[in-house]
Amino acid sequence: MATVHVPSGWTQYTGGVDAIVIDAPRVDALLRSLTERFPALASQLEQVAVAIDGQVFHHARYEPLRPESDVHLLPPVAGG
Amino acid sequence: MSEFKYIGTRPVRHDGVDKVTGRAAYGADLNLPGMLHGAVLRSPHAHARIVSIDTSAAEAMAGVKAVITGRDIPPNSAKLVLGGEAALDLHDMGDNLLAHDKALYHGHPVAAVAATSADLAREAALKINVVYDTLPPVMTVDDAMAPGAPRLHDRFAQNVAHRMELKRGDVEKGFAAADVVVEREFRTPTVHQGYIEPHACVARYGQDGRATVWCSTQGPFVVREACAAILGMDAAHIKVIPSEIGGGFGGKIVVYLEPLAILLSRRTNRPVKIVMTRDEVFRASGPTSGSKVRAKFGAKRDGTLVAASVSLWYEAGAYRGSPAGAGAMCCLSPYTLPNFFIEAHDVVVNKPKVAAYRAPGSPMAMFATESALDEVARELDMDPIELRLKNAVAEGDPAPYGPKYGPIGLKQVLEAARAHPHWKAPLEAHQGRGVACGFWFNAGMNSSATITLNSDGSAAVVTGNPDIGGTRVAQALMVSEELGIPVERVRPSVADTDTAGHTDVTGGSRVCYATGNAVIQAARNVRSQLRARAAKIWNVDVEQVGWDAGRAIPLNGDAGKTALTVNELAAQMPQTGGPIIGHAAVSMPMAGPGFAAHICDLEVDMETGCSRVVRYTAVQDVGKAVHPSYVEGQMQGGVAQGIGWALNEEYVFNANGVMENAGFLDYRMPVASDLPMIDTVLIEVANPLHPYGVRGVGEVPIVPPLAAVANAMRAATGVRFTELPLSPPRVLQGLTERQSTVDSPQLTVSR
Repeated sequence: MATVHVPSGWTQYTGGVDAIVIDAPRVDALLRSLTERFPALASQLEQVAVAIDGQVFHHARYEPLRPESDVHLLPPVAGG
Repeated sequence: MSEFKYIGTRPVRHDGVDKVTGRAAYGADLNLPGMLHGAVLRSPHAHARIVSIDTSAAEAMAGVKAVITGRDIPPNSAKLVLGGEAALDLHDMGDNLLAHDKALYHGHPVAAVAATSADLAREAALKINVVYDTLPPVMTVDDAMAPGAPRLHDRFAQNVAHRMELKRGDVEKGFAAADVVVEREFRTPTVHQGYIEPHACVARYGQDGRATVWCSTQGPFVVREACAAILGMDAAHIKVIPSEIGGGFGGKIVVYLEPLAILLSRRTNRPVKIVMTRDEVFRASGPTSGSKVRAKFGAKRDGTLVAASVSLWYEAGAYRGSPAGAGAMCCLSPYTLPNFFIEAHDVVVNKPKVAAYRAPGSPMAMFATESALDEVARELDMDPIELRLKNAVAEGDPAPYGPKYGPIGLKQVLEAARAHPHWKAPLEAHQGRGVACGFWFNAGMNSSATITLNSDGSAAVVTGNPDIGGTRVAQALMVSEELGIPVERVRPSVADTDTAGHTDVTGGSRVCYATGNAVIQAARNVRSQLRARAAKIWNVDVEQVGWDAGRAIPLNGDAGKTALTVNELAAQMPQTGGPIIGHAAVSMPMAGPGFAAHICDLEVDMETGCSRVVRYTAVQDVGKAVHPSYVEGQMQGGVAQGIGWALNEEYVFNANGVMENAGFLDYRMPVASDLPMIDTVLIEVANPLHPYGVRGVGEVPIVPPLAAVANAMRAATGVRFTELPLSPPRVLQGLTERQSTVDSPQLTVSR
């Protein structure tokens, strides 16, 4: 069961929930589950980077998750 | 002894001779037969409704071949596409190319002309009659957020386009438990990247409906995709050929001219060239945000930081999308704070839309936090490096934006700074010393590479990243390391979008890391093929062939076979299966962050307020320096830009929102004679995501100088300056007001 941490600015879309445990084998299933539970999050998740156990992915949809994965959602950053 | 033979050496860069002899071709160097010249008519107002545009007089001029306006940019929805620090809005990108209903900054393009000469095109542009209904300009975040402020965009309810926040723990409890609380508000002006080469392009639209674009860009694939999306073309119908690039620093990721040149070429059936003047570069390409940042720290008497709050307001320019979010994520990243609250605001104003600029958003945010931290050290009477070390993050600590850090080198960096002779060197009269840290993420993203082995054993490596900081030679070094071919026998090339595999921008400190990894994988692919060729020659299974020091070697102690060199194997390619070409394409996670600590000595003329940097040392965790000279060059270049930001640079606007210093004479950037030799110390904490440990180096070094310089100014003068630049008039005013500024009781609380 991966633990997903919701950025504090997005807890307005989750009724104040800031961490959720989700059983998902990959990021796509995790994001789908999040959207089903918190529909208002959907638009935020369209442009999101995902940190899985410390590694930050711009394109994370098909990245696998471990049962104990620590997942953070954050704005995508590239640079100059 | 190094584990590497080539990595870490300092060969001459392959593109060096072309660049120092002037043979290298930059964006404005290309001319084609029958080529027309384009010019852009720009708004003389910072904020105005466009009532009407009459192009008839311009179109009637002999030699004028086409005139286009916003009506020629296909309307796009407000679809967001990912890019840079924020999602890009296709509607805004199109409107920034040619204004539709409103001019949103002085210099906003309104129309473009193609004519038989550049002078004629400019003259014709001035014949276009535009009727404006002027509106009051909104030039600062305070103006933009004031009650009743004019709104830039009718489709949004306010000028604050976006807000984000980050938090941990209970910040109020944290401050309540602090022995010392320091709070300050800081401001930085709009500044430009200041690349030497202006934006330039040539576009040729063929009767087959296909366009070729030659341009100076950090990202040929970005140009192709942006042009295709904005103009409604198939990406396969646009070929982008990048020129050599005379600097970009993030500012050459955006398209300003290319879609206009394509449209004008399509209209005229002739190639069209457009080159910005320096004035246009300042007024109408993307600078970085002016900012307001309020930073507050709480610390225990022993130096333990227990709470922080940071509020950021960044100017986005005319359209949403400032790097405020990145600033928020960076500003407290070096420290193990149990309690913090960070909020960031993206605010539209009547200035050119900001573009990325080296570690976008981080320098302004960390100017605030690293300056405030310097005040905390003063309140505690504590060495500022010791304060930072006491609170420094290490592997396993959580970043403020969530995930835990992997291997990072902040503590090693601070320890190296503390041990450096500079830190204890004596100062002279009117000199002060400052220190500050910096942080940047270092991007990953997508890259491709192709390596072709030649029959004489030399090799060519092709990627799609324009070479800004010595990436060609770094890629050649990686090929050398993997295949054992001397770096002089490897030819690295930057290819066009039809030739190279898709590769994301030269930016985000990503090329040596991500594209470098693609090069290494392509070289290993070549190596596998070489082993297979040796197996064929020896008539054994490939598993019985090893690789050592650039040679295929027989395994299992077969004494009857002699190792085969790359040269020998390459010479036999036709007999063993044909050409050997290695490909690789990678999608890389972010590299893992880089940290830096800088020490600055500043000397101040107390009569004039004029100051100069007399000594500067930059210490940085670089992961692994593939070519140390170019790593040092990146660090020195970042420092030079940061010092300019700290001491001199600013957009000066008049009351009508018109920039008054749009040239290098009045927009004062540091030149070599302004600066001392910048010492560099390279710390190498390997990044586990790269085969050699590379983590990206180009952006971190612009982050610390703003606060390092300001902290040195504080030490030299006794005055805490909270607004940049620290130009002589501002410093002189501060010295005059010294007493009231130094000990502002409402801002600093000691318990």
